[in-house]
Amino acid sequence: MENSVAYEKATELRLGLPGIDEPAVLSSVKNNKRSLHDEKSGENGKSAQNETAPPSKAQIVGWPPVQSYRKNNFQQAKKSESECGGIYVKVSMDGAPYLRKIDLKVYKGYPELLQVLENMFKFTIGDYSEREGYKGSDYEPTYEDKDGDWMLVGDVPWEMFIRSCKRLRIMKGSEARGLSCSGV
Amino acid sequence: MNYFPDEVLEHVFDFITSHKDRNSVSLVCKSWYKIERYSRQRVFIGNCYSISPERLIARFPGLKSLTLKGKPHFADFNLVPHDWGGFVYPWIEALAKSRIGLEELRLKRMVVSDESLELLSKSFVNFKSLVLVSCEGFTTDGLAAIAANCRFLRELDLQENEVDDHRGHWLSCFPESCTSLISLNFACLRGEVNLGALERLVSRSPNLKSLRLNRAVPLDTLQKLLMRAPQLVDLGIGSYVHDPFSEAYNKLKIAIQRCKSIRSLSGFLEVAPHCMSAIYPICGNLTFLNLSYAPGLHGNKLMKLIQHCRKLQRLWILDCIGDKGLGVVALTCKELQELRVFPSDPFEAGNAAVTEEGLVLVSAGCPKLNSLLYFCQQMTNAALITVAKNCPNFIRFRLCILDPIKPDPVTNQPLDEGFGAIVQSCKGLKRLSLSGLLTDQVFLYIGMYAEQLEMLSIAFAADSDKGMLYVLNGCKKLRKLEIRDCPFGDAALLEDVGKYETMRSLWMSSCEVTLGGCKSVAEKMPSLNVEIIDESEQMEFNLDDKQKVDKMYLYRTLVGHRKDAPEYVWIL
Repeated sequence: MENSVAYEKATELRLGLPGIDEPAVLSSVKNNKRSLHDEKSGENGKSAQNETAPPSKAQIVGWPPVQSYRKNNFQQAKKSESECGGIYVKVSMDGAPYLRKIDLKVYKGYPELLQVLENMFKFTIGDYSEREGYKGSDYEPTYEDKDGDWMLVGDVPWEMFIRSCKRLRIMKGSEARGLSCSGV
Repeated sequence: MNYFPDEVLEHVFDFITSHKDRNSVSLVCKSWYKIERYSRQRVFIGNCYSISPERLIARFPGLKSLTLKGKPHFADFNLVPHDWGGFVYPWIEALAKSRIGLEELRLKRMVVSDESLELLSKSFVNFKSLVLVSCEGFTTDGLAAIAANCRFLRELDLQENEVDDHRGHWLSCFPESCTSLISLNFACLRGEVNLGALERLVSRSPNLKSLRLNRAVPLDTLQKLLMRAPQLVDLGIGSYVHDPFSEAYNKLKIAIQRCKSIRSLSGFLEVAPHCMSAIYPICGNLTFLNLSYAPGLHGNKLMKLIQHCRKLQRLWILDCIGDKGLGVVALTCKELQELRVFPSDPFEAGNAAVTEEGLVLVSAGCPKLNSLLYFCQQMTNAALITVAKNCPNFIRFRLCILDPIKPDPVTNQPLDEGFGAIVQSCKGLKRLSLSGLLTDQVFLYIGMYAEQLEMLSIAFAADSDKGMLYVLNGCKKLRKLEIRDCPFGDAALLEDVGKYETMRSLWMSSCEVTLGGCKSVAEKMPSLNVEIIDESEQMEFNLDDKQKVDKMYLYRTLVGHRKDAPEYVWIL
């Protein structure tokens, strides 16, 4: 039965570009339900599972039935979180006369962050690999984490990194190479 | 009974406080009607359009406390346009003109303007108590008027209102002579408050028992307030964010320990989870805990907190508590009567963290459970049947499966049998909300077994008119029926129009009823207002009786068509 439903859908004659599903609108939920019950008599409601999923929740007005005050409150909370949730950390570079500060929340991932650091301090960072850290230059981006340890930037997932990073330091020279050796 | 002087009867009636009972008393005979109406002090009006303020005043000259409800329940979910109605101004105006000595006004889902609040504050010398629930239309200027003019104010309770916060100094408007406050709740205000004025107000309110703060009140102010009001019974914490090693936090710990009377705790609108240990000393006495606005509190910190709350009777929580957390509730809160689990993300319905497992655990561990609101990812018939066996005392059972037509995920069956078990087992069930995949069968069960049912909410359910008919024919005590997105049409609507006179109201949206069907009801029942709400203005251009009606709201009334309906509301 499941197969025949899929087959029918594939050979269905419709007006409209191939590969586009029916638009998910409120009425289709009701229509889904009705056809659901027609097929049900044949096969114990199995069709319930492979019938078109209900439209995305955002398109059903007033569902889920949560008080609009509560919904607005949640939006407010989310907003204020993102508004004043900037994660500002100091960035120091060995040999540079003064430090800089950046907001980690602004960046989407490591490539962007590294690019910004390169531009800020006018240097080049090597290529990152898990085994050997940053190869190809004298500089290594490192950070101090919540436990006070100095870590190489790039090892942990981005989200985890921005939550645990307290400050950044671009290390230079032999000290840097010491960090990037595997086994340290 | 006719040989008793009126004063004796009046004295006897004083002991009858429930609205239902007093209404019954007034129907016994003319003499009782007369005595009852002169002695009546508290009146409840469930639909503000069912009666007029003039008739209210004429019948109950001794009125002191009025409760009014405005918009239909589905207005909470944005299904009713904002200016549909429910304006309180005409009521306050009429009461002000009369000689009614109003002392208490409680409003729900009404539109309250600053003008009405100002008029209210100036018109009733003994005004003591204002409770606004889910209202809108006013600003902090209106609150300033209340604060400034109501000299004997005892209660200002704002629950979940949309208030335009002008960040004015409304709190400073309480005069120095105001020392009568018992209850102050401004948790729903979004703006800054004058913290100094708040501290002074609390200091000079020795009777203050209930204090619910908004987000703008920081932890160090909280500490000062608690030091001044250790007699508090109900506390709503605003912001609870601080460094756990700070002096302010230590002071707070001491202040909280002095508050030995706190039985109800809510708020935590901003929360630092690692600071919760300061709260533990008062947890053991809590009977009500509302953490439903505290998404920052979850996981182990939340569970640890709950483990301290052995006497809890009512718990409002977010679904990030998870099934595991509900297990902790089941083990700890043996006195639990009411549980509400709200979705922590009302927009992304796919991520609910509770399932049928959590509910089953709570039902097994908390035999006194009688009231439930549960937003969940999924539900099974087996679970509902178990819950029905474990907890036959449900008065309110509201289940919301976030996917509106989801079947039992284990058997792929509709949830008819599960809900059927609930209505069969819970003989005292008064309120029921259904969700999930449901056929006409569940309504057959409801009609058969739900004899005490007063309010029923249905969405995306049923196969045919039979569903609605089972309910209308079976539930003799039904007062409110609200339906959306169900295949109920004119046949069901018109089967027994007399029934609607025994109910407060009927709401049907996105169903199959037609304009002709609605007209028919209106024609046959002049005691009903049949409203068609049509914002798309389709009705103007297409008066075809076969046209399906998008939203219909009908309610019984003694005063005919209301005069304040907006353009898109058509009263047949």
